[in-house]
Amino acid sequence: MSRQAWTGALHVLEHNALVYRRTWRGSVFVSFAAPVMFLAAMGVGLGTLVNRGTPHGIGGFSYLEFLAPGLLATATMQTAFSETTYRLLSRIRWARTYDAMLATPLEVQDVLTGELVWLAFRLLMVATFYFVAMFLFRTLLAPGAVLAIPVAVLNGLAFAAPIFAFTASQQTDAGFPVIGRFVIAPLSIFAGTFFPIDRLPVAAQAIAWLTPLTHGVALSRGLTLGTISMQPALVHLAVLLLYTVVGIGLARVTLSRRLAP
Amino acid sequence: MPSSDIALIHARSLIKRFDDFVAVDGIDFDVAKGEAFGFLGPNGAGKTSTMRMIGCVSPVSGGTLRVLGMDPLTDGPRIRARLGVVPQADTLDAELRVGENLETYARYFGIPRSVARTRAKELLEFVQLQDRANDQVEPLSGGMKRRLTIARALINEPELLLLDEPTTGLDPQARHLVWDRLYRLKQRGVTLVLTTHYMDEAEQLCDRLVVMDKARIVASGSPRELIDRYSTKEVLELRFAVDATPSFDGTLAGVADRVEVLPDRVLVYTNDGDAAADALHVRGVRPESTLVRRSSLEDVFLRLTGRSLIE
Amino acid sequence: MIGGNLRPGTLPSLRRAGSLVERNAILYRRSWLIIVSGFAEPLFYLLGIGLGVGALIGSTVTLNGHSVRYAVFVAPALMASAAMNGAVYETSFNFFFKLRYVKLYDAILSTPLGVLDVAAGEIAWALVRGTLYAIGFIAVMFGLGLAPSPWTIVALPAAMLMSFAFGAAGAALTTFLRTWQDIELILIVLIPLFLFSATFYPLEVYPGFLRLVVELTPLYHGVNLLRSLTTGSLGQAMLVDIGYLLALGVLGLWIATLRLDRVLLK
Repeated sequence: MSRQAWTGALHVLEHNALVYRRTWRGSVFVSFAAPVMFLAAMGVGLGTLVNRGTPHGIGGFSYLEFLAPGLLATATMQTAFSETTYRLLSRIRWARTYDAMLATPLEVQDVLTGELVWLAFRLLMVATFYFVAMFLFRTLLAPGAVLAIPVAVLNGLAFAAPIFAFTASQQTDAGFPVIGRFVIAPLSIFAGTFFPIDRLPVAAQAIAWLTPLTHGVALSRGLTLGTISMQPALVHLAVLLLYTVVGIGLARVTLSRRLAP
Repeated sequence: MPSSDIALIHARSLIKRFDDFVAVDGIDFDVAKGEAFGFLGPNGAGKTSTMRMIGCVSPVSGGTLRVLGMDPLTDGPRIRARLGVVPQADTLDAELRVGENLETYARYFGIPRSVARTRAKELLEFVQLQDRANDQVEPLSGGMKRRLTIARALINEPELLLLDEPTTGLDPQARHLVWDRLYRLKQRGVTLVLTTHYMDEAEQLCDRLVVMDKARIVASGSPRELIDRYSTKEVLELRFAVDATPSFDGTLAGVADRVEVLPDRVLVYTNDGDAAADALHVRGVRPESTLVRRSSLEDVFLRLTGRSLIE
Repeated sequence: MIGGNLRPGTLPSLRRAGSLVERNAILYRRSWLIIVSGFAEPLFYLLGIGLGVGALIGSTVTLNGHSVRYAVFVAPALMASAAMNGAVYETSFNFFFKLRYVKLYDAILSTPLGVLDVAAGEIAWALVRGTLYAIGFIAVMFGLGLAPSPWTIVALPAAMLMSFAFGAAGAALTTFLRTWQDIELILIVLIPLFLFSATFYPLEVYPGFLRLVVELTPLYHGVNLLRSLTTGSLGQAMLVDIGYLLALGVLGLWIATLRLDRVLLK
């Protein structure tokens, strides 16, 4: 990246960080309290019922151990969704923040880079908090578990980039509830977080494997439980990277068209 | 002066307080049925606060206020049912379409749906927006939005129309269209109460007006009366080169009643502007440009408060 | 000052509040897709959690001496959560937007509508939406065979009571908010309610004193009420549930109107 691009990205980052500094308190609380609450309620509470029904565990693991990495990946997906929809659109349409930035030497590319770096930072924060909660609940069983953090971040980006591209092309927020209800919500439930994916009908499984979350969940789980081997890991990684790279490419196109027609 | 009819709006020692800030400091006025009444004054004079009290959306802090013979404190909804309000800021329902804005607003008054639809159509024609009935509100120009707001204010066929700065921010063509429509309403017998800081608007539209400054009324009467009372017939405007403005001690004896020295020009108040210009020339005053014009409400305001209307 | 601003002559009327409901209905009639898709979410949850996780649980869950399948156990809880989320969302996000950003109510208050009409109208609208969702949810439950008891029909008015209670509470809270970030605070409250109100597992999973704590929270009463109805395991606790929700609704309505008075009329 050129020196100007770095400067530009830094400006965008700075601006977002400044805005965030005023509002972080609520976010941090949610980011930390939410994983603890989900793990307690679903992992332990619901886990009590599931463990009774699965005396040999799920692949030999308790429900809490099975569930936790799934929740981690789902959390970064949901953060990615919320950060690249309403907030982004309102910045583009109303705050005219980008217009102001583009009146300086910054270019659209720099704006996009800055935003994605900032997003990655937010995802890292969410993933780390989840990781800490998982540590407290003792669901980290393998030395490679810490790699689940960057995997979760990549999982989030795999959603953030394409949704970013979508949002930049939108005039109203009418599309967001549709994505939320028909993509994010079903994925949260059926991509292998709450129950093993092989329990779905075959056709549904096939569809699930086409989405990033299923791979994010599988890879995170494999890393935290120590059950993953190299080949499937690389496949999961490749899918996440593919979504991210293609998403960025599309975002560049739509954002340019929107901000500099 | 108001006719012997009962005043449509009656205010005595009206006060509006916000915490420790007094926005309206004990004003008296009456508005008669069928007249066009104006509140003239700069921003912050207390005009909007007064309008909001008349419109029964802001509680009175002190004094007496009767609108349509009723007390806003106890009869708010009944009074509002007979008012039309065109506020200063744009309060259109951006989620609804143009026509829907009118129909929905009518429903707030309990007007039956079929009647609402008919009236909406008529009013859109009245403000010349009939082609935009199915459009979104947002893309309309400022002038169109203001016309739509006026149409909305008329949906309940009000006896009293309150307009807060009706043409502020509009281009000249839009302003004239609005004035024309307001004039027609006046001819139909609707009582108009408006606030403005535009003297031409006050002069053109109002039968009577009060001049407000810093929460008080400093003068009242018809535009003509105010000009006759507080200003001379003509004004001679002189512009000088930078820092070349002479002092006028003694120079003006017998020539003018009064002089106002403004940052960019000097105003000489006299009954005969041309004669004054000649007299000054004889006495050695050499301005860069001169202009003789009639007195306006701007001059009245300057005389009463020492400041100009537009700050 | 509480109580000081309530003026005679400005009590709400059904017609006036109704015209505000009408306005919202006109708006949503165009976005029917959003309403229809609202049924999709509970369906996903029912299938995923109810059947998917239910298969892992295998055997049945004991409830007041009854034995029910997990899917039957969790379905009414999901319905209660949906009612809560829908009502609070409507009276927080949407309400806040209308209140602070669009100044929609400035125009409306120049009509015969007063502050109480506005509050009543918005809460009534939350109730209408909640009722539509509840009908859809019950239909889905019947379709999947997850509502064995004929008392399930009463779950509809029960869900309406929940919409009223949470709608009023949401409206009351929203009048205190100043920025969008404050809305997050409402979310913060909803998440633990959703997770811990015996939604996914019976109250008995909790140790003694935690049970008491949960019984003090609002969603638990909605969950318990709906669950008792759809599984047919009625009990005296239902009276407590109804009383609690009613009190919540009335309190929320009262606070909302007082605060709105202060916020809207200056």
